[in-house]
Amino acid sequence: MDHGPAVELGVDHAAKRKTRLGIWMFVLYTIVYGVFVAIGVANYEAMKIIVVFDLNLAVTYGFGLIVLAIILGLIYNWRCTTIENEMNKEEKP
Amino acid sequence: MIYGVSYLAIALFVVFVLIVLGLSFYFGSRTKSASGYFAAGGNIHWAVNGIAFAGDYLSAASFLGICGMIAFVGYDGFLYSIGYLAGWIVALFLVAEPMKRLGKYTFTDALDSRFNSKAIQLTAAISTLIVSIFYLIPQMVGAGTLVEPLLGLDHWVGVVIVGAVVIFIVATAGMTSTTYVQFIKGGLLIIFSTVLSIYIFNNGLNLNPDAKNQEYIQPMTLSADNMQGFTEVSNLDVKDVSFVKMEKDGIYRWFTKDGDKFEEAMSTTKTPDGVKLYNGAPKEEGKFYQVGNMVTIIKDGVEVESTGKVSPLKFLSIINSSEVARYVTVLFDDGDNAVTAYVKTVTPGKEMLIPGLKFKIGKGATPLSKLNFISLMLALFLGTASLPHILIRYYTVPSQKAARKSTIVAIAAIGFFYVLTMFMGLGAATNGVLNLEDGNMSAPLLAKAFGVGLFAIISAIAFATILGTVSGLIVASSGAIAHDLVDRYLGKQLSDKAKVKAGKIAAACVGIVAIILGILFKGMNVSFLVGWAFAVAASANLPAILMLLFWKKTTAKGIAWSIVVGIVSALGIIVTGPSISKQFFRTEGLHGLDSPAIISFTLALLTLVIVSLATQKDNANKKA
Repeated sequence: MDHGPAVELGVDHAAKRKTRLGIWMFVLYTIVYGVFVAIGVANYEAMKIIVVFDLNLAVTYGFGLIVLAIILGLIYNWRCTTIENEMNKEEKP
Repeated sequence: MIYGVSYLAIALFVVFVLIVLGLSFYFGSRTKSASGYFAAGGNIHWAVNGIAFAGDYLSAASFLGICGMIAFVGYDGFLYSIGYLAGWIVALFLVAEPMKRLGKYTFTDALDSRFNSKAIQLTAAISTLIVSIFYLIPQMVGAGTLVEPLLGLDHWVGVVIVGAVVIFIVATAGMTSTTYVQFIKGGLLIIFSTVLSIYIFNNGLNLNPDAKNQEYIQPMTLSADNMQGFTEVSNLDVKDVSFVKMEKDGIYRWFTKDGDKFEEAMSTTKTPDGVKLYNGAPKEEGKFYQVGNMVTIIKDGVEVESTGKVSPLKFLSIINSSEVARYVTVLFDDGDNAVTAYVKTVTPGKEMLIPGLKFKIGKGATPLSKLNFISLMLALFLGTASLPHILIRYYTVPSQKAARKSTIVAIAAIGFFYVLTMFMGLGAATNGVLNLEDGNMSAPLLAKAFGVGLFAIISAIAFATILGTVSGLIVASSGAIAHDLVDRYLGKQLSDKAKVKAGKIAAACVGIVAIILGILFKGMNVSFLVGWAFAVAASANLPAILMLLFWKKTTAKGIAWSIVVGIVSALGIIVTGPSISKQFFRTEGLHGLDSPAIISFTLALLTLVIVSLATQKDNANKKA
């Protein structure tokens, strides 16, 4: 039985480095997300503190988590593309 | 019905459905192979796939459910936005590229890529079906909710219409048409949510939010020396609220009593013979009106009646320093009548803009309620990367790089939309548009307050949202049945043509099940229901996916048992929990845990580790 992908994929020499990078970025975001949940559970009143532009910590942190996800995604893609270009050079036609 | 039928909305809705059906016919005539049917031939451009991801993901739960929840309980609804988006981090950093590398048509392919195990094929396919059906329920509930005001039809008719159209779409064309439907719908949803938000900012905040096409009616306030013709009939204390039943012109209404003041509570009453009264009168008389308004508005330290045009950040900061009228639901029996009262509760904006109104993590919190909150946030974080209809989208693009890029496009599009949910939800809470019986309609009804044209477009998009998401889920389910179960587990060795045919039959069967469940779960918040789908997905699928990718000692038996334990524990906790008991049996349930992930995910993970360690010889034999 063929378990291969729907389309044929070339060998990706960069896979290991990309995986390591992905794990680190995942850990970073998880910590920031975990701190948000911890503040909610441990001291939800702290969420009322006005932080910036007259917005409280809850709104600032919530929007911040969304923006951070986008920024980390862009950084990850940029780094992965650089790594792929370096390590998969010989694969290019 | 507390709002009239819009013929423009009906016309747009019909146009949308016709476009979708046209796309299905077009792609259906070109789809002959299994690869085309289940994975769109792996030829979709990453940018199109990224927006299609957004289309898949921004389901009824996001647009209807989250906006509705924010409108009723403020920031607690926004927690879903945060959690749903955070889940994409797991998908991007850990799952996207390996899934693309390992799979073919379904997520079972990826899990089974190292083992060729019957146990994995069976359990992963069943898991796909269960998660998809759990995710289908809220979509169908949302469909019924939308069709009720849009077409003036009963809830169940809406569910049947969506089910029938989607079965047709999927049974004709599969993943290619589903992808383009999602792409169009995802794009339109983001564009028109932005338009709706701009309307909110231009409109600002008002103590009397009279809409263009309807006058805003404030609930009545009576005092002992001015009863306006009402006479007291009976008194009833429920929890901390004193209710008084009043009569005028043969119509009975409920008021709350505070000293010698009486404030009207909106109410529905179900009589023993099945008649439902709205504020004491039949629905058609229109006594049960839309509500939700600012009680005080403080702008730059000064109390004002209206703010005029505001910026997005100013909109939030004004709500933070003002007060909002929310409505809290209280259930009680009055003789043989079952009464649902909605009690006006003046809530400081400060409380609306932090967690705690729905999820008890502050005042009145218990260890269990805090555990529920943590468990929900965990489920949302871990659930996305384990949803079968999301995972199969990685097979529609040509490379791992495309899989990664399409995920980033999805994160940007979805993240932007989720920021808007905050404004749309709070806009609905303060513009006098809430239907207390059904929070899911908050965003479309807000659009209606700004004009029937906008309402028509938003409703048609919301409907397309449901069509698209349901299509994706049914493709995932039909793949699980036709490819994983029939072809691989049962070893029928189907030809390409037979596999596509089996997929179409499976799509029809799953669609019918979804229709039945959509009718049974009427009235529950769709985002809350999706929270369950995430919990089941995170428990059943994610431990298996992650350990397969990152732990070399993982065995086939470990994966299979982990899926079984994840499903059984998550479902067990949900079925015996408070929400199901309340919905179907009006009881409290066997325990107070509503979100199972913290227990079920942990159990599934432990099971995988223990069983894998105990069956290491399987891996050794395989290598030998």
